[in-house]
Amino acid sequence: MAEHETHVVDVLIIGAGGAGMRAAVESSAMGLKTALVCKSLLGKAHTVMAEGGVAAALGNVWPEDNWKVHFRDTMRGGKMLNNWRMAQLHAQESPDRVLELEEWGALFDRTPDGRILQRDFGGHRYARLAHVGDRTGLELIRTLQHRAVSVGINVYMECKIVRLLAGADGAVNGAVGFWRESGKFVVFGAKSVIIASGGVGKTWQYTSNSWESTGDGQALALWAGADMIDMECVQFHPTGMVWPPSARGLLVTEGVRGDGGVLKNREGERFMFRYIPEFYAKETADSIEEADQWYENKDFRRPPELLPRDEVARAINSEVKAGRGSPHGGIFLDIASRRSAEYIRRRLPSMYHQFKELADVDITTDAMEIGPTCHYIMGGIRVEADTAATTVAGLFAAGEAAGGMHGANRLGGNSLSDLLVFGRRAGQYAAEHALGTAGEVVIDEGQVAAVTGEALSFFDHEGGENPYTVHQELQETMQSLVGIIRTEAELDEALGRLDELDERASTLHVEGHRQFNPGWHLALDVQSMLAVARCTTLGAIERRESRGGHTRDDYPAPDPELAKVNMVTRLAGGRVAVVREPLPEMPDELKTLFEEDH
Amino acid sequence: MATEAATTQAPGVEAPAQVTMRLWRGDESGGEFRDYTVPAQEGEVVLDVVHRIQADHAPDLAVRWNCKAGKCGSCSAEVNGQPRLMCMTRMSTLPAGEPVTVSPMRAFPVMRDLVTDVSYNFAVARRIPTFRPGPKEPDGTYRMAQVDIDRVQEFHKCIECFLCQNVCHVIRDHEENKEHYAGPRFFVRLAELEMHPLDTLDRRELISRELGIGLCNITKCCTEVCPESIHITDNAIIPLKERVVDARYDPVAWLGRKIRRRPSPTPAGVAAAGTPAAASGERIVVEPRAAGQ
Repeated sequence: MAEHETHVVDVLIIGAGGAGMRAAVESSAMGLKTALVCKSLLGKAHTVMAEGGVAAALGNVWPEDNWKVHFRDTMRGGKMLNNWRMAQLHAQESPDRVLELEEWGALFDRTPDGRILQRDFGGHRYARLAHVGDRTGLELIRTLQHRAVSVGINVYMECKIVRLLAGADGAVNGAVGFWRESGKFVVFGAKSVIIASGGVGKTWQYTSNSWESTGDGQALALWAGADMIDMECVQFHPTGMVWPPSARGLLVTEGVRGDGGVLKNREGERFMFRYIPEFYAKETADSIEEADQWYENKDFRRPPELLPRDEVARAINSEVKAGRGSPHGGIFLDIASRRSAEYIRRRLPSMYHQFKELADVDITTDAMEIGPTCHYIMGGIRVEADTAATTVAGLFAAGEAAGGMHGANRLGGNSLSDLLVFGRRAGQYAAEHALGTAGEVVIDEGQVAAVTGEALSFFDHEGGENPYTVHQELQETMQSLVGIIRTEAELDEALGRLDELDERASTLHVEGHRQFNPGWHLALDVQSMLAVARCTTLGAIERRESRGGHTRDDYPAPDPELAKVNMVTRLAGGRVAVVREPLPEMPDELKTLFEEDH
Repeated sequence: MATEAATTQAPGVEAPAQVTMRLWRGDESGGEFRDYTVPAQEGEVVLDVVHRIQADHAPDLAVRWNCKAGKCGSCSAEVNGQPRLMCMTRMSTLPAGEPVTVSPMRAFPVMRDLVTDVSYNFAVARRIPTFRPGPKEPDGTYRMAQVDIDRVQEFHKCIECFLCQNVCHVIRDHEENKEHYAGPRFFVRLAELEMHPLDTLDRRELISRELGIGLCNITKCCTEVCPESIHITDNAIIPLKERVVDARYDPVAWLGRKIRRRPSPTPAGVAAAGTPAAASGERIVVEPRAAGQ
């Protein structure tokens, strides 16, 4: 058996983005020995790329705002597929979580009377996003990083977790990983484990996500026997860069539209007015005159450019397909003709920088070329709303890795608040679970040996394929067959290709040695991505309707019956299977918030 | 110098433009530059080409990166000798027809290939007592005017790429200085704390005695390489130097500058919180402080 070192803690947290760090701060504050493990250096997690802001009904800009309005916006944005209790807790607790960041040193942009300024975003009725220019994620991650360091949390950097471990009672009690630097194995024993490892974007070809977003946490949970829900609900953000090719997929913040930017096709038409769905007709402006007054006066209806992301992404897709796209296959996002150069540089500094540096485009004088990019997975590990507990004892999940909060489509700004609200809850309840778990953690060395042996086997597969090749083919498969618009025939074809890729991935060959070897890391990441891709594809086949981020060309309308079910994927007899299970039912007093819709 | 030319070309197709990357390969025991010649592609940045070499010719080529959008500060290296983020350096800005040299940051020990051991930075971070705000307004919030936080927000733009640390002469050429010198990144961090309108701690003793601000001789190399264009020297380091000097002669000046709304005494125990904890394990960058911290 490969040698390994062992660390035993109370709470092990996998992933050091916003959710993981917030969980660590909480669990540590409760006096528990907490370990935080991340694949990269501390402070580099994908949270750092969040731009626009953190949604919280502080009511600083619009006193009319409150948690009920935020809750309603979130549920409607999610096409009512959300776990209502998560959406409620999120709306109720996010203001406190934002204020707490300020107490820890965050500096949000200010209102004239010195309070936290809030900005408009798609699907939010009021200007609700606390922000720092267009680099809010950096502010959030750095604030939590300083906090975590100051309270003294063990951080294990550049460590990849390969499998979770189970105790004799079946509860999760640790994990096996390796140091990327040395390639040596490490075992963590823990009474509670929290998965906060973020998203899955690297499974697709064009994505806004960083290299780390390979679905590790979802796969770890799945392999440990946990349920996943609604993995077919993937968000393609409407505005990613399309040119140059190497920058394709990079995010262009929704803040551009919140601050006045509009979408135009090659004919110069503000085409979104032709794509207002019935579901949002009552709250969406149907003329340019009305839309343009909304920024200053919320008595007017909102511009259609600020419809939820799924609607905007589909509209852009249709315009490009109809031949009205931009030279590089996107459409135009124009803020240059609508706001002063000074305003644009102040409100959107990193967008200005990004386009200037990477595309040679000055966004204060020219329109940006943009198109949809894989951005976020709404589905994820099934959790109990209040406690973040998964269906496996001892295992918790929070942030993007967890499912339910955002239903079929996430509103911009609701991710950073989700990280804070449920990161804290996961930390708290994982700590309580650890406190209530008697006895020592007993590591099953047999499981450890099996995991390390399998991980090392890739060095021995002489004649096996290069992991980069298999990863590229997986990305192409998901992009072309399980992308923004789906059909049953293509999804079936995707399943066939996943079978083939699974086979090839099991015999990948890794060159070189274990020390900081990206080829080896990718060979293991590919296993996670394949597991996630299968869950998404199976869910997408079973959800024979269009809802939020999941669009079926062969079932273009929503099906009221399918609004009542989660698509649950889990391991059964060694294979991933999908079943429908009922959503938790919303209590009547909350249902009344939606009555005006009917 | 080893050469791994990679010129697969379909018959009858005109050879595309090529680009040669001269990458440092090796580990702490030594290494060499190796040339990789690959087809040039439109609009690429240095990191794109490095990734293509990794995928097609050198799968074990070690390189750190995350966002590929200039937001995370992971892919710092020296490109043709210039400290740069690989993801924000367009190939078209480099001299055509010449090999592009990429080597690891020089101020930090090499781990493998382009990856360096930057743990020094995380160790310094632990020595800095974090933000400690004064009491809230009666309504439970903090009030701050935008004009009072503009400067501090500039410091918050730091993406911790550590390029400023890499070029700082005090540590680039003098490894022994690392023990008692924080480096530009952490002077920025200290400046953001010192100038935060709500912060109540006094870190001047720490800054001058333990973190060595006096060693900086204001050559502005750090400012020149900052990918976020933070005015490190002018806005962070020089004001910190002034504060430290002021403090030696006139403690009242500090108090007046530090506290805008409600003067409060410096809490006890601050200096203790700033001292380094016991030497940490290799990978555990953050050790728990004593209970009660």
